[in-house]
Amino acid sequence: MRQVVILGAGTAGTLMANHLTKSLPQNEYAVTIVDQRKEHHYQPGYLFIPFGIYSKEDVLKPIEKFIPGKAQYVQESIDRVKPDEDQVVLANGEVLPYDLLIIATGTDIAPQEIEGMDGPYWRKNIFDFYTLEGALALHEKIKDFKEGHLVVHIAEMPIKCPVAPLEFAFLADAYFREKGLRENIEITYVTPMDGAFTKPVATAKLQHLLDEKGIEVVPNFSIMEVNGEAQKIIDYEGREVSYDVLVTVPTNMGAGYVERSGFGDELNFVPTDKATLQSKVKPNIFVIGDATDVPASKAGSVAHFEGEILLENVQRFLDNKPLKAEFDGHANCFVETGHGKALLIDFNYTHEPVPGTFPIPGLGPLRLLEESRMNHLGKLAFKWIYWNMLITGKHIPFVSSKMNTAGKEYAEVTA
Amino acid sequence: MEKQIAGKNITVNEEGYLTNLNEWDKDVATEIAQEEGITLEEAHWPVLEYLQNQHKNEVALTIRKVGKSGVIDIKGFYALFPGGPLKKASRIAGIPKPVSCI
Repeated sequence: MRQVVILGAGTAGTLMANHLTKSLPQNEYAVTIVDQRKEHHYQPGYLFIPFGIYSKEDVLKPIEKFIPGKAQYVQESIDRVKPDEDQVVLANGEVLPYDLLIIATGTDIAPQEIEGMDGPYWRKNIFDFYTLEGALALHEKIKDFKEGHLVVHIAEMPIKCPVAPLEFAFLADAYFREKGLRENIEITYVTPMDGAFTKPVATAKLQHLLDEKGIEVVPNFSIMEVNGEAQKIIDYEGREVSYDVLVTVPTNMGAGYVERSGFGDELNFVPTDKATLQSKVKPNIFVIGDATDVPASKAGSVAHFEGEILLENVQRFLDNKPLKAEFDGHANCFVETGHGKALLIDFNYTHEPVPGTFPIPGLGPLRLLEESRMNHLGKLAFKWIYWNMLITGKHIPFVSSKMNTAGKEYAEVTA
Repeated sequence: MEKQIAGKNITVNEEGYLTNLNEWDKDVATEIAQEEGITLEEAHWPVLEYLQNQHKNEVALTIRKVGKSGVIDIKGFYALFPGGPLKKASRIAGIPKPVSCI
């Protein structure tokens, strides 16, 4: 019996367990999946929790419900991977030997990486919304927030779901406007990038949203420290931004066992071939989702598109066939803009988000890079798609793994 | 689009970033740096070379990565390229601007 071990039962790991148990002959392969958690989190839902749109119940389900019966689920933390011995060592000392390993342990926030962030003011007036605990604590804070300066902040790139902080700023604007408090609340967006938007077409099409909503942008801000007592963030050039409530996206890092295993980069992401998804650590280790260092967005849609290509490459590897270099960096994201509207963006390694129709070229029904109610309904409907289709490894109709350039308005094809 | 830089026709995008690293040389770098208000000195070159090598290896660049490179620390990076060091240094090095997804 050959052993396939998957580390992590989040979006990417769960969908791979479903793909592999359906595709690999059961009498030849045993699939094992390891995760320390008991619950599967619908992470795109965290964004709605601070505003009372979703509650805890909307984003949690038992992890085992989505792990196929043909896979063995091991609920335990991971101590390390020993690539030279083809073994995973668990925190309880148990050893899992593997023929093929899939790393799908994602990324988590690391507020301890920024001086002063993870101190006595953490979750008092400094919050994240990238964890369930953070989103719930932030809900308690902003429901009583009546006046002052709300700062939405990105510590450093890369982060999971790069549009989420922008969505947070838009939803906060709408939330306080609807409560009649917006005049008393200043909203500032602080980013290490050179703007809230960084791609030319998106900037041209979307800059007006920030102006209309009265959100001030502080660009090129690389944070050095948080001074919790003085309620300000300070960058490497000595620039300061004061806050009453700081909603930050802290440094994002891969899992700690990656560092203990000795093969991560400086943020514990695993060096990975961006087209085949094979690790650069050893040929029998593959990586999917947020855990990779590939220059794609860290997002559930990316994990979904990677999954179909990784399945093919895992089968090819096990059959000693050459891998397909097919992953194109495809991502597809809804961007909430507030007041029941959203944008939709579709892009890959080489093609920036542009206007057009999705998923059916020329027909839609969704419009790309344009605010609409239909896109917002799409985002809400996505929760059902996530639980019922995406993590269970079902193909989503009309949506291909590789990005489709048809139905999109490119000025010129970028290479 | 094409632009005259240091007496040569260089292909750049709408934000003035080179689209072909092969067209880069030290004279081009010096002139772009002047547009950014920076006079290139000895300390700048190893940093530019590091950024180019990372780009050739298809590694996404971050401030943290530069700070841990052993070539320069973050404060030094800011001192050499004030006001958005990664963005400015990337343009001077002839590599694409670091971007987010939109």
